[in-house]
Amino acid sequence: MSNISGIAASSGIAIAKAYKLAAPDLSFDKKKVEDVESEVKRLSQALETSKEELEKIKSNARKTLGDEHAEIFSAHLLVLSDPELINPIEDKIKTDNVNAEFALNETATMFIDMFKAMENEYMRERAADIQDVTKRVMAHLLNVTFPDPALIDEEVIIIAEDLTPSDTAQLNKQFVKGFTTNIGGRTSHSAIMARSLEIPAVVGTKTITSDAKEGDVVIIDGIDGVVILNPSDEEIATYKQKQADFEKQKQIWAQLKDEPTVSSDGEHVELVANIGTPDDVAGIINNGGEGVGLYRTEFLYMGKSELPTEDEQFEAYSSVLEQMGDKPVVVRTLDIGGDKELSYLDLPKEMNPFLGFRAIRLCLERDDIFRTQLRALLRASTYGNLKIMFPMIATLNEFRQAKVLLEEEKAKLKNEGVTVSEDIEVGIMVEIPSTAVIARQFAKEVDFFSIGTNDLIQYTMAADRMNEHVSYLYQPYHPAILNLVNNVIEAAHAEGKWAGMCGEMAGDSIAIPILLGLGLDEFSMSATSILPARTQIKDLSKKELATFKDELLSMGTADEVEAFVREKTNQ
Amino acid sequence: MSAEKTITITDSTGVHARPATVLVNKAGSFASDVTVEYSGKSVNLKSIMGVMSLGIPKDAEIKVVASGSDEEEAIEAIYEVIKKEGLGE
Repeated sequence: MSNISGIAASSGIAIAKAYKLAAPDLSFDKKKVEDVESEVKRLSQALETSKEELEKIKSNARKTLGDEHAEIFSAHLLVLSDPELINPIEDKIKTDNVNAEFALNETATMFIDMFKAMENEYMRERAADIQDVTKRVMAHLLNVTFPDPALIDEEVIIIAEDLTPSDTAQLNKQFVKGFTTNIGGRTSHSAIMARSLEIPAVVGTKTITSDAKEGDVVIIDGIDGVVILNPSDEEIATYKQKQADFEKQKQIWAQLKDEPTVSSDGEHVELVANIGTPDDVAGIINNGGEGVGLYRTEFLYMGKSELPTEDEQFEAYSSVLEQMGDKPVVVRTLDIGGDKELSYLDLPKEMNPFLGFRAIRLCLERDDIFRTQLRALLRASTYGNLKIMFPMIATLNEFRQAKVLLEEEKAKLKNEGVTVSEDIEVGIMVEIPSTAVIARQFAKEVDFFSIGTNDLIQYTMAADRMNEHVSYLYQPYHPAILNLVNNVIEAAHAEGKWAGMCGEMAGDSIAIPILLGLGLDEFSMSATSILPARTQIKDLSKKELATFKDELLSMGTADEVEAFVREKTNQ
Repeated sequence: MSAEKTITITDSTGVHARPATVLVNKAGSFASDVTVEYSGKSVNLKSIMGVMSLGIPKDAEIKVVASGSDEEEAIEAIYEVIKKEGLGE
């Protein structure tokens, strides 16, 4: 047995067999082959088996992700029947008397290099498709297992270097009980996805892929960030108890599911959830969320080969609005670019993506993309309580320009005879320090603020949150952050507007008392954090916390802040 | 003898994976040899990698050529797919 510690990314306990999602060993020797006919046959069999697998993956993807996402596998299947690929491999076997592995590798490499050399980013990425597909064939030639999350049909815990958004999108909750990775933090994509899937996850273990072997029994403790390999019977018993306790705790939280969020002195705040797709709405309803505080629309654009159409977007937005009824739904317009790439847009590579051409900057430049999204939103607006939020606003002019485009599309739609809601609130995400500093000026023009702490912290501290060497600077309780947050809340209230927060900080048990005391109106978090937060707030007095404000804002370090809050709230 | 048609691509992302898949499947359903020419290069339209390797962008002019027993039907069917997919005209 051994214990490995990591970052608790999604709470809960899971016990199951390890399933390593890592590259298999595909090394081979060049061999001379006499019986070329049976070698060609061996190749055909490997191709057939690969096709059968891809058909299975495709039909799974169709069920879990929809037709659009399944289409990529149609292209993969075509590669396996491509005469321009298969014929040269067979010829090579026959004329050079070489083994199928060697012939496949030679031919595939030629194509991969050709695609890699292309100028267009989108075409370069196709090299990875060919690589994926030919690797699968190679694995069958060599008789080694090719790991694939969509093929899993027994209870497992996934072990991987990292999981991409599309990896996590392929996970089937029925079989995947949890996952653990070498890299990542609480705010990385895989962690956010784990919380929205409600499966336990421990990330950032650094070494799990080399520590764990395929088939090892693994315990994932997503509460304390621990992974245990091949546990003893006692350990299994201990963790089964912890799992049961966690379930019991969840039931206690569940009692507050249909209650409003009220502090001990009777003040109401709103607890809402961050979502990525219409499917996430079920999680909000199960966890008693009072609305959607951040609908990330990027997922509509990612993992595809082209921009989503207006109708496709309308379907998604109206579905979320309809499911939420009269509860508020804050939709953030496209936040893409920078580190979140869309290959089909062929955006320029940047030295400094977080400070680059992304979000509203890209949308104002490519207003064709932006207008399509705005039209889809406006058309959906009659289905519920829509609020529109622009991301990465750095200047008042950006907000004004975005709003002009919105008004223009609204006028066009009305001319076309489409009904559009008349009371859509339009606000901004506050994640750039310049905006937080002059929030007072913004408050006169926007309908609301939502503070995006993940980015606000990294911009204020000038520290890339993905860079492990400077991750110590990612300090949500830093007094600089608290002063900016306070400034935004005060500015909103001075103009009779509301202020929310949609970063990870809003669901943090140390931050919640601080934010409640500063007067934050809306807390948007992962759906599974809502009930614990509601339970915590029930026992907090907003009036008392407000008296700590001046003291907290004048502190010098994040540690002082944390120690102070722990003492005052018995944590 | 052969049949051919020149088509202008209007889709804003060019001939990308999904429509290429549809085109290759369609071409594969005919006995004739089918090729597509763009920018001086000609590839087998029954080959997904061949088609993708052309990297056909928006506004490109492509020429589809079919030769064989069902060449006329092949050209007609492929042109229909291109229009139906909103790829070009």
